[in-house]
Amino acid sequence: MDARQLFSGNSLLSELRPGPLVAVAFLLAYPAFASDFFIFQIGAYSLILGTIALSLTMLAGYGGMVSLAQLTVAGLAGYLVAILGDNSVGVMGLGWPWWLTVPVAILGAALFSVFVGAISVRTEGIYTIMITLAIAVAFFYFVRQNYVIFNGFTGFAGVEPPAIFGLYWRDPAPFYYLTLALSGGFFLAVLYASRSTFGLSLQAIRDNPRRMRALGYDVTLHRIVAYFLSGLIAGTAGVLLVWFNGRISPGSVGIDVAIDILVIAVVGGMRHPVGPFIGAIAFVLLENFAIDLIDRERFNTVIGLAFLLVVLFSPDGLLGIWNRLRDKLRLGRNARQDARRGEGGERQPAESLEQT
Amino acid sequence: MSTSRTDALSRLQGAGRFALELEAVSRHFGALVALADINLTVRAGERRAVLGSNGAGKTTLFNAITGDYPPTTGRVRLFGEDVTDLPVHERIRRGLRRTYQISLLFDGLSVIDNIYLACRGVSRRRFSLKRPGRDDSAFHTAETLLSAVHLDDARDMLVAALSHGQQRQLEIALALAGAPRLILFDEPAAGLSPTERTELVEILQSLPDHIGYIIIEHDMDVALRAAESVTMMHNGRIFKEGTPEEIENDPEVQELYLGQGHG
Repeated sequence: MDARQLFSGNSLLSELRPGPLVAVAFLLAYPAFASDFFIFQIGAYSLILGTIALSLTMLAGYGGMVSLAQLTVAGLAGYLVAILGDNSVGVMGLGWPWWLTVPVAILGAALFSVFVGAISVRTEGIYTIMITLAIAVAFFYFVRQNYVIFNGFTGFAGVEPPAIFGLYWRDPAPFYYLTLALSGGFFLAVLYASRSTFGLSLQAIRDNPRRMRALGYDVTLHRIVAYFLSGLIAGTAGVLLVWFNGRISPGSVGIDVAIDILVIAVVGGMRHPVGPFIGAIAFVLLENFAIDLIDRERFNTVIGLAFLLVVLFSPDGLLGIWNRLRDKLRLGRNARQDARRGEGGERQPAESLEQT
Repeated sequence: MSTSRTDALSRLQGAGRFALELEAVSRHFGALVALADINLTVRAGERRAVLGSNGAGKTTLFNAITGDYPPTTGRVRLFGEDVTDLPVHERIRRGLRRTYQISLLFDGLSVIDNIYLACRGVSRRRFSLKRPGRDDSAFHTAETLLSAVHLDDARDMLVAALSHGQQRQLEIALALAGAPRLILFDEPAAGLSPTERTELVEILQSLPDHIGYIIIEHDMDVALRAAESVTMMHNGRIFKEGTPEEIENDPEVQELYLGQGHG
């Protein structure tokens, strides 16, 4: 029932319900009442991580391809921004203008994603995870050991967003709105395209690749195109990430962070593009405030336990918990209404009898 | 045996006359020989039944034709064109379709979306990021097919929620989508009720003349009513070919079938 609604609404307009409208209003008004820390470190960072996780949800939730290399794709875009644009380290920094750097970085990331796809799409399940994990590990060690282009262990610092319209885009509110616009755009794009011919075919390939071949689809090509599109999303998020941190180093593309992305996507829920953002908010909040709950050495345990509980009790993540709660509430309300209507129905003939 | 006609001459004329030509097709799985030296021609528009006990190689034959499991040796020609080295989807785009013994459907999608994708598979704009509109031609074809297999009531249901019989009907709808010329039906009646079987035969008989098919079927009633010629397989080889009457009255076939308790 839920999946049906999520995937098969016929237009975006019909999907406008009070809940989403409240969410949009909240997101737009958020900087008006939140502190700079909450706008930037919590708000903008959640949106960036959510967007990277969205690129994974698109591949895994709709296409059945679990890739651990999504952070690597984002990281490459970040590195390209530092290499082609400006940085303060004195290595590379070709000084290209932002309007050239940013598209080239995103496109470069998307092409790298195509490469990841091309070597992994003929595999299924655990083997896809292993191959993409190997790529992520290889990229991590490569940038750590390559000093000529990637400046090795240190990486790059002083990577700044451009000043456009006289705004410093790394200020909390402007950066938050920039991130919100881009991540919101990708969210809507994925939501819309999930019902497009390509989106449907990707879900069908997830359900049954063999049958899709028997219907005339080039399954391999479809999967690679999906990697390209998800690369555009991850690449854009990578550009935002390097602007957010102002720096990028091998640590930014480490395996621990790559796994965080997987955790965010799974915990959020992969049945709907809102899942990765819910997961990201939960993750960022826990990452920042678990320390307040328990002493410094143990906060990772709290995060781990929280996610273990979510995955144990709701295989479809926080989104699944929310959907079940809502269904229960609805069922309860409908049952009460039915009961009321039932009583009314019994009373009516009685009244009419009295009248006669 | 008519298969000896698979020679140079018939190949020259094959483009218009033969939907399918198999030439010395074999398929091995390790040491197991699932298909041995199959020579088979099916005319365009011909309706043929393939009979045989379990393990006779019927489904393997289908897999070799579609390319799901390409033949180990031998050649496969579709409508006169050698497709032996082509991937599955390229063969499908040349007019070949198949159904599966165990329904292979898209469980997470609605019935109409399943049929829509089948219609889209052999046409352009497979990669469109636009939602299909009401005026989309593939969408119209899908609606027509939906009625043709009597699934109007289940239009927006998820495939996972369909009954077995409905899934079998959908299986057939997917194979009928997009101007097929030769369809391979792999036990389409499996698990169907007598009424559903009658409906199935009606659907098969109502197909336009230019659509040929090969049907694997254990139910002799269905097979013999839906086919004009019969190929009998045994142990990965072609055992007998002929008209339904010839096969039904053949003493060797009777012995084979009765001997295995099929009656």
